[in-house]
Amino acid sequence: MRHTLAVLVENNPGVLARVAGLFSRRGFNIDSLAVGRTDDPAISRMTIVVEGDNRTLEQVTKQLHKLVDVIKITDVTEEPHVERELVMVKVLADRAARLEIMQIADVFRAKIVDFGPKTLTLEATGTEEKINALEEALRPYTIKELMRTGKIAMLRGAKYTTVK
Amino acid sequence: MKVTGAEALIKALQDEGVDTVFGYPGGAVLPIYDALYDSGLNHILTRHEQGAAHAADGYARATGKPGVCIATSGPGATNLVTGIANAYMDSIPLVAFTGQVVTSLLGRDSFQEADITGITMPITKHNYLVEDPKDLTKVVREAFYVATTGRPGPVLVDIPKDISSGETEYHEPSPLCMPGYKPPTSGDIDLVNKAAAAIMASERPVIYAGGGVISAGAHRELKKLAELMVAPVTTTLMGLGAFPEDHPLSLGMLGMHGTRYANYAVCECDLLLAVGVRFDDRVTGKIESFASQAKIIHADIDPAEIGKNVPADISIVGDLKKVLQQLLERLEAKLPGAWLEKVKKWKKEYPLNFEPGQRIKPQQVIKEIYNVTKGEAIVTTEVGQHQMWAAQYYTYTKPRSFITSGGLGTMGYGFPAAIGAQVGCPDEVVFDIAGDGSIQMNIQELATAVNYELPVNVAILNNGYLGMVRQWQELFYNRRYSHSEMINPDFVKLAEAYGAEGYRVEKAADIKPVLEQAVKSSKPVMMDFVVEQEENVVPMVPPGEALNNMLG
Ligand SMILES: Cc1ncc(C[n+]2csc(CCOP(=O)(O)OP(=O)(O)O)c2C)c(N)n1
Ligand SMILES: [Mg+2]
Repeated sequence: MRHTLAVLVENNPGVLARVAGLFSRRGFNIDSLAVGRTDDPAISRMTIVVEGDNRTLEQVTKQLHKLVDVIKITDVTEEPHVERELVMVKVLADRAARLEIMQIADVFRAKIVDFGPKTLTLEATGTEEKINALEEALRPYTIKELMRTGKIAMLRGAKYTTVK
Repeated sequence: MKVTGAEALIKALQDEGVDTVFGYPGGAVLPIYDALYDSGLNHILTRHEQGAAHAADGYARATGKPGVCIATSGPGATNLVTGIANAYMDSIPLVAFTGQVVTSLLGRDSFQEADITGITMPITKHNYLVEDPKDLTKVVREAFYVATTGRPGPVLVDIPKDISSGETEYHEPSPLCMPGYKPPTSGDIDLVNKAAAAIMASERPVIYAGGGVISAGAHRELKKLAELMVAPVTTTLMGLGAFPEDHPLSLGMLGMHGTRYANYAVCECDLLLAVGVRFDDRVTGKIESFASQAKIIHADIDPAEIGKNVPADISIVGDLKKVLQQLLERLEAKLPGAWLEKVKKWKKEYPLNFEPGQRIKPQQVIKEIYNVTKGEAIVTTEVGQHQMWAAQYYTYTKPRSFITSGGLGTMGYGFPAAIGAQVGCPDEVVFDIAGDGSIQMNIQELATAVNYELPVNVAILNNGYLGMVRQWQELFYNRRYSHSEMINPDFVKLAEAYGAEGYRVEKAADIKPVLEQAVKSSKPVMMDFVVEQEENVVPMVPPGEALNNMLG
């Protein structure tokens, strides 16, 4: 099963290497990892999607906790939460395909962020499923480049993943 | 007050109560060595940085205080790596300081640059690269706090040369602020109650105790608990000394080379109280059959150890001294019964033993070291057959009296560790029980022992082989002794060349007088015991087999 962890860390040099190193060394699989600072510049937040059974997840969490720079870990998988991922995709778009691609963009509420002579670049945000579906829809048009940021997640309502 | 980074470092070390450091100088630590010059700190110059790391580790294990070592950048720092990994695997509080190239040259493959914080990330509890001289006091404070609290372990502090030579305003360190680091304290009361109830309900309890008991200083509590529960106690290699082995409830060591009776007791117990242990594969053998009839209670300071290898029925995370006290408050004295009788019978039926032979038997030497030192010595070991015999045939009765490389199994550990132990405990008799292979991995430290007049005793059990390798080749590779036989130097002459005393012992009758002479001598002594070459360590649980499936 896949779990989504929200991890607050001290924004110290090397903290990403410590977390990534821990995963590879102990044989845990990272599906995606997104990291950036929070409202407090001294604290960063990572959203880590990890694949594994409950025992693996327990070890991941406990080992992460042992890192001195890790402040707090919340497993949001089972809690009501909002999750988003950003994708940018560049597709080959000759005259004939352009209109169809723009229609697809419309359906997925994706934005056209670049209009090249031979290509269109789309940007979309949404859940993982939506992004997957967009990718599938664009596949027949020759995707030249695609990249995803990895998921970020936040609990709904008055539940907080903060230091205090 | 204006000070240099190096002066701030020395002051911070003194504030931590450090009086002794083990190290080796070089370009990037020249400012630190300059500040050491008239600091009053006792500095021991080893002859290799690996020796400094192991000596600091041995010092820590013998005294219970954190060990400190220093090395220069690049090769100096990488030479510490084995010693740091060794301390990490055995959870030893060690603080290592390394020099680094100046910050403006970092990341440019500069002369003697090595990314030591990157290299040691997986083998330290935490590490630091100091980027401003004003951070030094805070970093040192944190480093010692992290190394010594919770589950202890090594911390490395990397200091670029411009940071140690740069000026800073000295100010007292502010209180620690580490939001991500909260060492556990006492155990959860509900879980302790559950554990106490399970213990009271058990009929065939066994206590399985490890190094965690020693680092928590919980040996007294362990003894009380065992007596109250009337539970036989077996210890891991790291736990030797946590429970007096001359106690009627002692089963000695368990596992691959444990006693038959310890392994049988674990196989047949209905309750296993595991304290300060991590269910290492050398202990459990085939994991599915380990204590398969037992309810398992696991108490440890590190939550990540709970359920890592073996699922526990009841788990208590906390400082073991507190947890054992909590348990003691909730238990009533039990009465000895049929279980104890059964265990006693096993002890009588299957004692550790060896056959006398033409040549000196290695086990005999260990027994004689025990007799001559009246069991009062600090024993360190290298790694191999001699290490297992040292674990089996010396009777350990005090914590911190047996010092060995358990987790990493580092040949070359014992001798520098003995030096560190002797520095920390100048009034104790210290013995390194060594193999002819292992001793050559850090033999240069003879110069250190002579230099600082440390009367350490090295007993080489010389079998002319990398004996443990040979034993596995004999048993599992059809006696094909591939590259495990050695032609050795003349250890007596070698000792003498370094300015130590050397003795060769070839007759059983000479063992005792030579040992007595060594203990009396105020010099380092190296003894070359020429022993039976193809003796095997038994009992032995072949790798991957269940504990009750022992050879020998
Ligand atoms: C640094 C290191 N290299 C290799 C090994 C593998 N190893 C384990 S025991 C052993 C043989 C040790 O020989 P010796 O010191 O003579 O001890 P003996 O087994 O003969 O008592 C070896 C090579 C090790 N543990 N450590
Ligand atoms: Mg040997």
